[in-house]
Order: sequence, then structure tokens, then C-alpha cells
Amino acid sequence: MARAAQTDYEIVAREDFSDATYLLEVRHPLMARAARPGQFVIVMAQPHGERIPLTLADFDRRKGTVTLVVQAVGKTTREMQQSCHVGSALHALAGPMGVPSHVNGAAKVLCVGGGLGVAPMFPQARAHKEAGATVIGVVGFRSRELVFWEDKFRGVCDELILCTNDGSAGLRGLVTDGVRLALEKHPDLAEAVVIGPPVMMKACAEATRPRGIKTVVSVNPIMVDGTGMCGGCRVKVGGRVRFACVDGPDFDGHQVDFDDLMARLARFVPEERRALERWSESCRAKEPAPLEETLELPDPFEEVHGG
Amino acid sequence: MASAAKKKTVRTIPQLRAAMPEQDAGQRSRNFAEVACGYRLEDALHEAERCLFCPDPACVAGCPVSIDIPGFIRRISAKDFRGAYDVITATNLLPAICGRVCPQESQCEGVCPVGETLEPVAIGRLERWVGDKAIAEGWSSAPHIEPNGFKVGIVGSGPAGMACAADMAKAGCEVTVYEAFQEPGGVLKYGIPDFRLPNAVIDAEIENLRRLGVNFECNTLVGRLFTLEQMRDEMGYDAVFVGTGAGYPSMMGIPGESLNGVLSANELLTRCNLMRAREFPQYDTPVPVGRRVAVIGSGNTAMDALRVCLRLGAEKVHCIYRRSRAESPARAEELHHAEEEGVEFHWLTNPVEILGDAEGGRAGNVKGMRCVRMALGEPDESGRRRPLPVAGSEFEFPADVVVFAIGTNANPIIGQTSKIRLDKRGYIETDAELATSMAGVFAGGDIVTGAATVIEAMGAGRKAARGIKRYLGLDPESASPERLFGIPVSEKNFARIRAL
Ligand SMILES: Cc1cc2nc3c(=O)[nH]c(=O)nc-3n(C[C@H](O)[C@H](O)[C@H](O)COP(=O)(O)OP(=O)(O)OC[C@H]3O[C@@H](n4cnc5c(N)ncnc54)[C@H](O)[C@@H]3O)c2cc1C
Ligand SMILES: Cc1cc2nc3c(=O)[nH]c(=O)nc-3n(C[C@H](O)[C@H](O)[C@H](O)COP(=O)(O)OP(=O)(O)OC[C@H]3O[C@@H](n4cnc5c(N)ncnc54)[C@H](O)[C@@H]3O)c2cc1C
Ligand code: SF4
Ligand code: SF4
Ligand code: FES
Repeated sequence: MARAAQTDYEIVAREDFSDATYLLEVRHPLMARAARPGQFVIVMAQPHGERIPLTLADFDRRKGTVTLVVQAVGKTTREMQQSCHVGSALHALAGPMGVPSHVNGAAKVLCVGGGLGVAPMFPQARAHKEAGATVIGVVGFRSRELVFWEDKFRGVCDELILCTNDGSAGLRGLVTDGVRLALEKHPDLAEAVVIGPPVMMKACAEATRPRGIKTVVSVNPIMVDGTGMCGGCRVKVGGRVRFACVDGPDFDGHQVDFDDLMARLARFVPEERRALERWSESCRAKEPAPLEETLELPDPFEEVHGG
Repeated sequence: MASAAKKKTVRTIPQLRAAMPEQDAGQRSRNFAEVACGYRLEDALHEAERCLFCPDPACVAGCPVSIDIPGFIRRISAKDFRGAYDVITATNLLPAICGRVCPQESQCEGVCPVGETLEPVAIGRLERWVGDKAIAEGWSSAPHIEPNGFKVGIVGSGPAGMACAADMAKAGCEVTVYEAFQEPGGVLKYGIPDFRLPNAVIDAEIENLRRLGVNFECNTLVGRLFTLEQMRDEMGYDAVFVGTGAGYPSMMGIPGESLNGVLSANELLTRCNLMRAREFPQYDTPVPVGRRVAVIGSGNTAMDALRVCLRLGAEKVHCIYRRSRAESPARAEELHHAEEEGVEFHWLTNPVEILGDAEGGRAGNVKGMRCVRMALGEPDESGRRRPLPVAGSEFEFPADVVVFAIGTNANPIIGQTSKIRLDKRGYIETDAELATSMAGVFAGGDIVTGAATVIEAMGAGRKAARGIKRYLGLDPESASPERLFGIPVSEKNFARIRAL
């Protein structure tokens, strides 16, 4: 293998799933080779930018690319939505980070993705399928127009329960309703994997707890380095403090203290608001398109399902 | 040389140490510009006069890399500044850095005999002056290098990695340094703030490494992007040096640590220094700016955290330490500067709980701490008197940001991803030559010793470089062996060795 030529993290493909969700395929042959389901990367879009964690939603070893699916929620992710085009490059892309998900070949696995977690669930579902499991998928979106990757999921799931809040596609209801349905239909589920907003993961873990189904969640605390150096990503798991970036991000959902996680996600809300407002103003100065209606920040406690 | 003519004694040398020009305390505690401005030429010449040029110099033995201290000071006296630089860089590649951050009082200057009656020779300040002059003049100590065909990979770009990289490059190896962050430098970059060590100085020293042909690859998390085994077996590295540091921050494990406003010094400093949160919102990364900050601990890291918080605009900054001032592990100069800048010290005090503003104390923001007074008992293993809580002395201490600077542990990633042997605490195990349990893989710096100092990490990097040279048969002293571990050296295929 030649020396890692990693000075350039070129975006080779982009797809917009909706107003808020977009896919970036980035060239990084070494990372494509090393990536395992459940791992994440740290991205810096530009030299003044923040280091933000994003889960690897896919990787193509042959093409030498990794895929990120990003939901525009704040300054960085919205700025990337405007600035990341095919042919442009990210300032920094480090990873893969985190302990790969443990795919142990359980007989029947429930794979649940909601909100930010739909895309990152895909490589996990595929890995379980490849390991010989029967995969029951549950994915949730706000409405039909926001649905993406349905075909990809159907390709790796033996059964897919698609939920929309308004019932415009699939089952009407929240991801948790889909989970309850799956639990009723499949008394023999050996394991569940859940990725999404903390409230959703908490609700799903509560749903599987009475049945004693092993439930793995992928936590998403605020991170800086992603290498175990700052402790900003600490979460409480079974009463112990763990660092999500090096000890996780996968943990036992029945042990994670979600209230603690949610409280810590709100650490920088005033600063996030300030950064976004300042950025939106500078955008408005450049082009007249008003951004006011998008200025409202998502509430981390709210159950977001929109794609 | 005038000094050689008559023997100098403590009585004949200038009695007073040349003072370090400094930014005024009131002004500097609100900006990030360097506190100590550096000697002027006349200060350097004055201070050089104070050296006795001891025939058996204690200072050299006190320096972890044994710089020929009287040798370089003599050249300053003779106004041969380039010569002084060459003497220093024969053993220490980073004089502008070490001159600024070495704990000289417990190393070279601590044993200088001038210090028995007067203040010791300001070796660190002279070293810094030479280093700064070299940067200003664009001097570098790059020798002519004959490539030897060996490839050496360095993991981590802190002082240990840099020192090892320099020596291996000088020996003729093709050297690549891998760094997980977006910029090289290790703690020098992300931890030590600009007002003690400006980024421009670190970048200049790194530029010198590039001139030696060292290649830097940032954004590369070794272990996860590729493993040590892959470096050796697939990527063609004949030897690897691991200098990943001891960055994993400790917390105390007291209630309330997950409250918002509680963070490690590493997080605070990384946000502020590397990510430039102090220029938020020009830079995107935020940092919690407290009005009343409490920093727990009293080492260099704590001093940096305290002084950064002052500069970020905190109204009151408090240092909480369970022992007394005498036991504080910080460099004397740092402690002194922090005091001057208005940091309030609470010696013999320890927090037992962090208090939040929400009911039940779990969610919400910090509003204070419950602390207990301590008293010093019998000496412990470290020889320092053990602090013990005083019964019934608990009191509340208001604060809106609490920073833990109570030490760090080994970073777990290399251990998680390779079969390298670790000790009980997770640090990499090495032999006396810093070879690890994996053939061809050496390690040094904080990841072997636990948190230490910049110059000790550099010393380890150089020591490992000597080990690697012997391993590769590049050691000019030991006649170059034809076979190593049973493999012909000309094959350069040590990757085949399996010691595990
Ligand atoms: C391991 C991990 C994997 C992730 N994977 C993905 C992914 O694949 N796709 C994706 O779109 N996002 C993912 N995230 C979340 C993503 O990192 C954040 O959305 C991003 O940092 C927000 O940056 P911003 O500047 O745009 O928003 P900010 O201005 O920083 O925040 C805007 C809002 O987003 C919320 N937020 C901030 N940080 C996070 C976070 N870490 N997790 C969840 N919400 C957050 C805040 O509560 C805030 O209200 C992941 C996070 C982690 C820790
Ligand atoms: C805030 C602070 C102040 C200090 N002040 C002083 C002082 O005044 N004087 C003094 O002498 N000492 C001081 N020290 C201690 C000194 O900085 C350290 O002892 C020294 O930096 C250790 O050097 P190192 O090369 O072993 O590791 P580090 O400097 O920690 O460098 C390790 C590097 O490796 C990188 N890395 C880690 N894992 C990987 C991986 N898997 N792949 C790729 N890269 C990786 C890290 O990102 C980092 O850049 C201070 C330390 C701190 C934290
Ligand atoms: S490197 Fe440090 S210990 Fe050695 S002479 Fe310089 S200041 Fe003193
Ligand atoms: S010990 Fe002090 S006086 Fe003696 S050579 Fe060293 S610096 Fe000079
Ligand atoms: S993100 Fe810094 S320790 Fe995990």
C-alpha cells in the first residue's frame, strides 16, 4: 500500500434527500478500507470550523469512498449544506473512530433508525444480514417526501416497517409504534439495535426492557477530538462514566442514563444559537433569500423523526 | 575568550539575574499575547556573564537531554550566537520551546551552584533567547542527509514524536509522522496556551523538521485508520515509534460531574487553543465562559486553565488544591504568574460534590461545590504529606464553571487495536531501549511514563531513536550487523519478525 495520500477529502457525490437532509460521498480510500459498521468520523468543513462527529452511513472499498448523511440542524451542518459540492473538499476528515459494532450473528435482529439515525442504521442492518441474521427494520420519517433509502433498507431487511408521523407512507406513527408492532409480531427477537435522538432511543430501550432483549444504542454526545482526550463526550452507563468516542459509541441501552445525555447535549445552546444567527445574517447579506423561518433550533428533547 | 583568563567565582560574577521583560500583570491577564517577552541582547550577555563554566557542570547532569550548557553559554559570551545554537541543537532540537516551558528550577537550574548563594544562572531564558534568534534569522541545523532506504513511521506529533522523527530523518530514514488532530504539535499545540508558548514558535520548530524531510500526515488516527501491525507488515515501515501521550483526562468521581459547566482542563484548553474558541464566533467552536470559575488541581495544566479562564473574561478565578502551596507541582514561574494575575488560591481544600441548579442535582448547570478543608498528615509513597479531610469542615463554594485538572491517564486506542503489551495502568511497556513487545515498534513519552515534561518526552524520543538505529543496524558505534533477528539486513524485511 502506498503512503496515505490524504491531503484532499474531495466530495465525489452529493444527494439531497429533503430540505434538511443531504448525503455526501467523500474520497478517502484508506478510510473506506478500514471502516466498520457503527464507527463515526470527525469532520471540519473549513479552517475556522468546528470538529463535528458524523456516523459512517456507508463505505465503498472498491471506489475508495465513505458516505455521510447529514441533517442540517445548526451552523456547521447548514453551512455544509451550502458549501459542500461535488468537486469541493472538506478541510479535515478523521476516522474511523469508535469501537465497531459487535455483530455476533444473532438469529433475529431488530434494527431501528429514526431522525439522524436512519442512515447510520444502514451499515449495521447490512452487517447483521451478512452475518446471517434475520433482520427486521424499523425506520421513521415525518412524512412521505422525507423518506430516503427505502430500497436500500428493503435490500438488507427481511421485513421493513416504515413509519411516518402523518401516515403519508407506511405505518402512521412514531418509530416507537413501529417497534411495538415488531415486538408483537416477533416474539423471538434476540437483539435490538437503535440509533436516533436520545428520547427515541430511551423509549425504544424501555419497550424492549420488559422482554429482556439485548438493546444496543449508539449515543451522540457533543464531541471535540473523538480520540479520548477531552472527556466532553462522557456518558453515564450503568453508573460508570464512559467516553463515547473511545469506549463507544455503542452501549447497552438498558444501562445508559439518557436524561444525563440529553442534559449534556444542551450544554452550548446559547452559543449554538449565536453562531447560527450570526451566520444566517452573513448569508442574508450576501443573498436576499430569507432564512428566518429556519432559525428555530431543534429542541434536543423533542422527538424528531423527520428525515 | 575573556572568561577563560581569570577564574570566575560567585563573588566576581554579576550578582543579579537579568530580569525577564514581562507584560504588566493587569494588562496581560486579559489578552493572549505572550507574558514573558524574552531577553534583549544586553540581558542575554549580562546573564551569560553569570555562568562559572564549571569544569564538572552540575547543570548538564540536571538536564534530561544533557545539553552542553556551559558550552552554549560560552558562545553567547563570545557573541558567537550561531555557534550557541549549534551546540544546543546537537542535543535539543526545540530550544525555543524548552527554554519557555521546562521546569528549570527542578532540572538544570535547580542544581547550578550559583543558586546556592544567588539566583542560579537563567539557563532556560538563555536557551530561549538562542532559539528565538534562530527562528528570527531562519537558522536550521539540517545536515547533509544520505538516504538509507529505511522507512520509519511515527505515531503522534508531540515532543516525543518530533524528537524521534528528527533523529531518524538525520540518520537518513524516510520519516512520516501521523497525527490524529488537524495540526501537529501535541500538547504544545492543544494544551499549552499561546501566552506561554505562541503557536508561531511551535510552527517554526515544526518547519525545521520539514526541512529535514519529515513528512506530516494529520487527521490520521492510527489504530483505527490502520493498525501498528499494518504499518509494519503492509505499509512498509521498517520501524515504528509510538508517542501518543497520556491525554485521557481523569475526573474525581464525585456527584454532579455531568452537570453542564463541568469540564476537563483538556477540553477547555483544546477548545480555546487548538479550536480557537477564544475568538468565538469568528471561529465556530464555543467554550463555556464562567463568571466565577473553580479549577481543581494545581499543576501546569491547572495553571493554564486558570489563566485561560481569566483571559476569556471570567470575573473571579479560583484554584482549589487539596495540598498546600509547597506541594503544588506547577512550575514556579507559572504559579507566580497566576498569583500576579489575580487567581485566588484555596490551599488544603477539596471538593466533595458539585451542586447544580436543577432539583435532584442531575440535569442543569453548575451553581457551586461542596468542599472540605484538608490537613496534611504523614508522607505518602510520593514523599509528600498526605492530605486528610478535617471532620466537620464542609462548606459551600459558589461557581458556575468547574474545571478538573487532576491528571490524565493513558490513551486506550493503541491498546484497543493492537497486541502491544501494556502495563496494569494501560501505559505501553518497554525495555530499557524503549522497544515494545512488538518487533520493530518502539514507544516513549507520556504514553510510557505517564504525564511528565516536554523535555523528558523529547529525551525519550531521542532514546528510542538510538534504539531504532541499533535495531536497523544504523548505529555507527556498533559495527553494522549483517543479520538482525536472523534476517539479512539488506533485505530490510523486519516485518517478517513475529515476536508475539
Ligand atoms: C457519534 C455521533 C454520530 C453522529 N452522526 C450523525 C450523522 O450521521 N448525521 C447527522 O446529521 N448528525 C450526526 N451526529 C450529530 C451531529 O454531530 C450534530 O448534529 C452536529 O454536530 C451539529 O452541529 P451544528 O453546528 O450544525 O449544530 P449546533 O449549532 O452545534 O447544534 C444545533 C442543535 O443540534 C443539537 N446537537 C448538537 N450536537 C449534537 C450532537 N452531537 N448530537 C445530536 N444533536 C446535537 C443541539 O442540541 C442543538 O440544538 C452525530 C453525533 C455523534 C456524537
Ligand atoms: C496543559 C498542559 C500544560 C503543560 N505544561 C508543561 C510545561 O510547562 N512544561 C513541561 O515540561 N511540560 C508541560 N506539560 C507536559 C508536557 O506537555 C507533556 O509531558 C508532553 O507534551 C508529552 O509529550 P508526548 O510527545 O509524549 O505526547 P503529547 O504531547 O501528548 O502528544 C501526543 C500526540 O499524539 C496524538 N495521538 C494520540 N493518539 C494518536 C493516534 N492513535 N494516532 C495518531 N495520533 C495520536 C495526539 O493527538 C497528540 O498530538 C503540560 C501538559 C499539559 C496538558
Ligand atoms: S532543555 Fe530544559 S532542562 Fe535542559 S537545559 Fe534547557 S531548560 Fe534546562
Ligand atoms: S552549573 Fe551553573 S554555573 Fe556551572 S556551568 Fe552550569 S550554568 Fe554555569
Ligand atoms: S470527544 Fe473528546 S474524549 Fe471523546
